[in-house]
Amino acid sequence: MIRRQRLAAGVCALLAALTAGLAFPAGAAADETEQAAPKVELVLDVSGSMRTRDIDGGTRMAAAKQAFNEVLDATPEEVELGIRTLGANYHGDDRRTGCKDTAQLYPVGPLDRTDAKTAVATLSPTGWTPIGPALLKAANDLNGGDGARRIVLISDGEDTCQPLDPCEVAREIAAKGIGLTIDTLGLVPDAKTRDQLSCIADATGGTYTSVRHKEELSDRVGDLVDRAADPVVTPVATEGAAECAKAPALKSGLYTDREEFGQPRWYKVDLDPGQELRASVSVADDRAVHPDYGVLLRAVTLHGREIVRGEAAGDGRTDVISTGLRYPRPRSDDEDATAETVCLQVTNSFSAAAGVKTSPGLPLELTVDVVDGPSHAADVAAFGLGRGWWLLGALVLAGFIAGLLWGWLSRWRVAVWRTN
Amino acid sequence: MRITRVLGAALLALGLAAGPAAADSTPSPSASDDGGAPTRAGTSFRTATEVEQGQRATASGSTGDYLYWSFPADAEQRPTVRATVKLPETHGTQTWQIDVYDGLRRRQSCQYGAATRTAGQGTSSVELACVLRTVRAWSEPWANDPLPGTYYVRLTVVDLTASDLGQPVSTEVRVDSKDIGGAAAVDGSLSTPLVPGIAVKSEAEEDGSKSAVLSSIEPDDGWSSGWWSDRWVWTAIGGVLAALAGIGGYALTRGSGRPSRMPPSA
Repeated sequence: MIRRQRLAAGVCALLAALTAGLAFPAGAAADETEQAAPKVELVLDVSGSMRTRDIDGGTRMAAAKQAFNEVLDATPEEVELGIRTLGANYHGDDRRTGCKDTAQLYPVGPLDRTDAKTAVATLSPTGWTPIGPALLKAANDLNGGDGARRIVLISDGEDTCQPLDPCEVAREIAAKGIGLTIDTLGLVPDAKTRDQLSCIADATGGTYTSVRHKEELSDRVGDLVDRAADPVVTPVATEGAAECAKAPALKSGLYTDREEFGQPRWYKVDLDPGQELRASVSVADDRAVHPDYGVLLRAVTLHGREIVRGEAAGDGRTDVISTGLRYPRPRSDDEDATAETVCLQVTNSFSAAAGVKTSPGLPLELTVDVVDGPSHAADVAAFGLGRGWWLLGALVLAGFIAGLLWGWLSRWRVAVWRTN
Repeated sequence: MRITRVLGAALLALGLAAGPAAADSTPSPSASDDGGAPTRAGTSFRTATEVEQGQRATASGSTGDYLYWSFPADAEQRPTVRATVKLPETHGTQTWQIDVYDGLRRRQSCQYGAATRTAGQGTSSVELACVLRTVRAWSEPWANDPLPGTYYVRLTVVDLTASDLGQPVSTEVRVDSKDIGGAAAVDGSLSTPLVPGIAVKSEAEEDGSKSAVLSSIEPDDGWSSGWWSDRWVWTAIGGVLAALAGIGGYALTRGSGRPSRMPPSA
């Protein structure tokens, strides 16, 4: 009997220990911000042209090395940083070999500053400029994890490995990965380099900077790495359907999708009585589009009746066009009232010239919030209260007249009473 | 009788003084310390840098960047967004623009202010301004009236010569607002302000987990409940004045108390 009790106690203790062991790390993790480590890869052009002495009297390579050293010193702890080179190893003239010349100088992971700096110091300007292949490889290096991912491309010349257009490559990468942006920096760029680098940046929602001085380079790269460390919400990939019946059901959150020119996308959201649906959508133009565009977001019932719409149109240079809507569903007295399915339809009216690729579609970002609905407003003014001199005047006049009437009435009553 | 008269006069004076005083528009707390002001700007709605009203946020960027900030605006405020862009020494003609979006990412119109401005060659800076409409506590779902919640500011160049792309610029943004007061007080209110991701945030708070949110913005003194407005004062004073006027009217019909020919002993 005693033995059995001991056994039971032992089992209990073991269970308790296990539960504590299982529960505790989860609790500890919840205390910190549950943000996956942001990953950044610096992609540096080490092609022959980096030997040119035109940045503050030194070579472009020297400026890049100095900037890298400063950035490595200032990189925030949580950022996993890697370095990839392009055109660093192959001296020859064979285009095919030269265009494969991209190597990982320092793997993406927790940063050892000394190792990374040593690796950077060994670089010397050598070969071709295979930007496209380097970007593909860099995107591979950053695979895995849920954190923000950023490629910082530093180059001084355009891609020498056509026909693979780095701009197309960037768009493909952005379409595959979620939350991956490519920021580009051009060192003393000519017009062609500028166009190509800014095209790469636009294709992924990144930024393009042209650099002519050393400090500009280190400031900018440092800024971009710091920016990667800022906690951001990672959107969830979803795929809208061509009709509401087949649409994915969404809950509160942030979603991304791709939408081709003129293609409608449907999503649906369940809404209980007394709840309010808030949805906003942004469609980005990641390629050259015509300067007149628009986006339409409609909330439609299952039977096709439009409840409310949000629409926006614009012209000229833009990164996104966005609109939103809200739909408060009235409270119901019927206790059995069920959730209503609200269909959300997104269409865009972007258009592009004939040569522009239509797939992958334009990046679409959708936020959905389902919150408790507000009370209904019964009056225009707050609680039906009044305000202003006219109100005071009217009230005083009404009071005065009421007083007069009341006085006359009582005099008349007294007079009648006296006579009787 | 005398006491009543004095009291009435005092109340009237109070009414005259309090009404306009409460309605008087005072600028929101200005010139707050810029110690914690952000020095960076976001590049999308998702990454917009949060700025408080009255703060002077700065950011360096490149010509062609889309810079985003977000700020909170509460009911009965009329926000004004000002931006200054310092341009590089040499540049061609450029047109800069600020756009303001509400928490649902709907573009909000500017009542006045130069939201788009062209800088000629050699101009060293551009100043932009946008005065929004007054934020209302409630509106029909079909209207796009400004509602309490997060607002986004986007600053960008909309027209430039290709060679200017990527040049370093420094920018400065400041949001102030004018308190319109009870004149803009409407009936009804939103259950939660139009802050993106607020549903996800409240779920996460229930779980006790922390994660990045789309917008964690809140005014210094919290969101107003929408219950108080100076309309209560006006209406209450009106009620008191009406009562006094009523007494006055009544008194007129009664003459001045006892008839003078009556002997005091009667």
